[in-house]
Amino acid sequence: MSTADEKSRKAAAQPSGSIPTAEEGPAPADTAGGKVMAFFFIGLAASLFVGWIVFPKLLYSQKKQPIDFNHAMHVQEVDNGCESCHFFRPDGTFTGIPKLDKCLECHEEVQGDSAEESRFVNQYAQKGKEVPWLVYAKQPACVFFSHVAHVRMGKMDCAACHGNIGESQHTRVYEQNRISGYSRDIWGRNISGFKRHTWDSMKMADCAACHKRAGVHQTSVQTGKGACFVCHK
Amino acid sequence: MAFGIGGAVGTALSPLPWKLTDDLSIWTQNWPWTPVPPHGEVTQVDSVCTLCPGGCGISVRKVEDRVVKIEGMPGHPVNDGGICLLGASGAQLLYGPSRIEGPLKRVGRRGDGRWQPVSWKAAVAEVAGKLGVLRSGGEPHTLGCLLRSDRGTVPGLFSRLLTVFGSPNLMRMPSIQDTYELTLYQMQGALALPGFDVDNTDFLLSFGSGYIQGWGSPVHMFRAHSRWRNRGGRVVQVEPRLSISAAKADDWLAIKPGTEAALAMGLSHVIITESLYDRDFIENRCRGFESWVDAEGRIQPGFKQRVLNTYTPAKVSEITGIAAADVVRLARDFAKAARPLAICGRGRGRVPGDLGAFMAVHALNALCGSIQRAGGVWAVPEPDYINWFQPEMDKVAATGMQQSRLDGAGGPQYPLARYLTSYLAEIINAGKGYPLKALLVAGDNPAYTLPAGGNVRKALDSIPFIVSFSSFMDETTRMADLVLPNHIYLERLEDVPLAQGFSRPLVQLCKPVTAPQFNTRHSGDVVIDIARALGGSVATAFPWKSYADCLKETLGGNFQKLMRQVYMVGRGTGAPGHNAAFETASGKFEFTNPEFKIRPDYEPIEAEGDAASFPLVLVPYDSMRLASGFVADSPFMVKAVDDTVLKGRDILVEINPQTARKYGLADGAIALLRTPRGKARVKIYHFEGLMPGLVAMPTGLGHSAYDEYIGGKGVNFNRLIGPVQDPVSGLDAAWGIRAKLTRV
Repeated sequence: MSTADEKSRKAAAQPSGSIPTAEEGPAPADTAGGKVMAFFFIGLAASLFVGWIVFPKLLYSQKKQPIDFNHAMHVQEVDNGCESCHFFRPDGTFTGIPKLDKCLECHEEVQGDSAEESRFVNQYAQKGKEVPWLVYAKQPACVFFSHVAHVRMGKMDCAACHGNIGESQHTRVYEQNRISGYSRDIWGRNISGFKRHTWDSMKMADCAACHKRAGVHQTSVQTGKGACFVCHK
Repeated sequence: MAFGIGGAVGTALSPLPWKLTDDLSIWTQNWPWTPVPPHGEVTQVDSVCTLCPGGCGISVRKVEDRVVKIEGMPGHPVNDGGICLLGASGAQLLYGPSRIEGPLKRVGRRGDGRWQPVSWKAAVAEVAGKLGVLRSGGEPHTLGCLLRSDRGTVPGLFSRLLTVFGSPNLMRMPSIQDTYELTLYQMQGALALPGFDVDNTDFLLSFGSGYIQGWGSPVHMFRAHSRWRNRGGRVVQVEPRLSISAAKADDWLAIKPGTEAALAMGLSHVIITESLYDRDFIENRCRGFESWVDAEGRIQPGFKQRVLNTYTPAKVSEITGIAAADVVRLARDFAKAARPLAICGRGRGRVPGDLGAFMAVHALNALCGSIQRAGGVWAVPEPDYINWFQPEMDKVAATGMQQSRLDGAGGPQYPLARYLTSYLAEIINAGKGYPLKALLVAGDNPAYTLPAGGNVRKALDSIPFIVSFSSFMDETTRMADLVLPNHIYLERLEDVPLAQGFSRPLVQLCKPVTAPQFNTRHSGDVVIDIARALGGSVATAFPWKSYADCLKETLGGNFQKLMRQVYMVGRGTGAPGHNAAFETASGKFEFTNPEFKIRPDYEPIEAEGDAASFPLVLVPYDSMRLASGFVADSPFMVKAVDDTVLKGRDILVEINPQTARKYGLADGAIALLRTPRGKARVKIYHFEGLMPGLVAMPTGLGHSAYDEYIGGKGVNFNRLIGPVQDPVSGLDAAWGIRAKLTRV
């Protein structure tokens, strides 16, 4: 019979990574298993760190809007709320972000003492150059979206999808997805996809959920759910 | 390994794979290179399409300033919402890669395609400098000008420039308009354009006209064709090939090519013998039907006499290859129809044709009273809104204008013809007359569209100074010394004075739909600039500040009206009636104009070449999918061309299998096609719809200029054929050319 010391010496002589035999006892297996678990957890922790922290940072580039626009101040100055600048044309199409012409209705000359306003007037208004605004709410080109169907016919509030942007005093950083090229606002700030407000994300699931609640064309022959062609023409 | 598994589990529990999959799917569905229409305000602008002389109204859909779609204008008298393939793909011409982006000056050898951009000021100064030398040297007549049309204010400005400069050499591109105008002048005494009331006819007899292949106003003809189908009208197509027009007709009579006039005379024979003609019209409104005694006391045979003597059905059958019984049946059907109409001009009507044949067809219409009445042929008055003051001409100009025209039109040999542009190249190359020292080319591409393309290029090469006003880098522009690109029709303001073949006078306004894409300039403005730079009496003939001013002044009160509603239907809106229409000395329809002694007849026009060396005959055919005029196909149209027309880069020529077997030409084989004018590599296509002994080739292919989408595909038919002069009018009457096919 060999002593315990001998056993441990024998175990130590085993080539690393080989499977311990049954008669060699449980103690060395515990040590190896611990190591395996340790590596597993290191891997797990590292990948979770990468997946949750590093990846979102890498995925989005940070861009500044060309002009720091003050919505709150403009809303106070105009009579008709959001629709003063973001209005429907007579044919029912929506203007979206106003073109320079609309801005020029007031800003042909500098109106106030804001540095951003005078920058706007000098760099864009006087040169007749459109401001290359970055559009947070821009959907991929394969999506057909009609504002009039939602705002006029569906009686939805602007904030339901756009949040309280009308109260903002500064433009947010525009985070652009490096792969798809669209804004982070579409997926939502929360990388896990959970949302607290209706406007937190605007993915297809968000559209579909609302369409289901409102009973918009839940008539797809294939899926029995919302009809694809409502949005994908 | 444990690390790997841990990593995999952790990754699965993180948003990374799910988010990445989602982003990648969005990326793959929205490739960044796929064009997406811009967002913005959608507007619809109505204008006129000028890509062919058809005069269709268009409605252009724009997003912001970007043209995204061109549709037919609803309610327009010509096309009422319809549009052709070329018109629909106009946006590709606007944004396509063959546009010239600004004035260019040639720096390499001719045709090398090496250019140097110059300013508009420098370009105009150069033209004025070069032309000024001609004037100061006392040879202003050596300036030539080639235009697509001679009607409207822009051709009017060019014409005025030439007049006050001192050159009679203004030339219009040839077409059946030339022959139809002469026909109307000979038989009705009218300086007018032919209008065909196809909306109201119930029997269309087409002598080879591609009535749904671009003849007349193409979209108007499509609509008329649909109406005949719905209302039970009849269509008979007479041509040697089973074209689309023949296939869609109720009857197709395969005729020996070039003998259509004999058939027209034969039909008249049957109609006269069987007394089926419109007695009231013939007896009260016509002259020259019966024989008459002239001033010298000689008996002149009338139309009736000549027809009865010469064109019996048996004789006509012998000439045309159509059975005598078919001739008789067709004549009866035609004469018994309520509103029959006979039309001529082969295919799209690119080649003027022989005057005798056109008059024979017009006489056939007259026999049935189908002149100036519903469903018949109408003489549409020339547009008369351009009434500029008579320009003052200095001595140099007056002397220059005394010179005879270089093309011989209106000269002692061909007094009737207004233009003989098809022969210009031959005259220049033969060194006849005087040399042309400068040439302005606007609105057309003669190096491609004129027959005997090789000769045309040689002739152009001998002209020391060529200025092109084209918007595209076409074959002629490649040979130019200076390019002064015009705006294309979607960018410019211009009057459109007629719609070809339309039965009523129509004045339209083409207006800028979008801002010019490049540093181009309206040719009207450039002509005014050149005149001003030339100074003296040339400058004083052009008092307008700009072309727009000139147009507004010319149209007067109608300008604003046209800006709003695009078109105005002019006087003579109903069937014009017989009294006012005949401006002949007798006030009647003349079967033989006593002044010119030119009459309807069949005079064989032989195909060029000797039958021994060239046993076959090559004939062209036109198609709606191939633009064969000054505008090349759009890339979109090239995609729509059948593989029985173009396969890869090879053009297919049709040949009857029987003939093909005789020459050992298998279907799909590559062969060498030779004509007295040139040779080309072609692919054989066996087609039973073509008369044996013929070879048929599509027109509109074989561009050597333009871009990769249009150029380098197939063969240009005009390179293989030459003009054949009609002995009466002098116009080009070539319907085919002798050819030989050999296997390679």
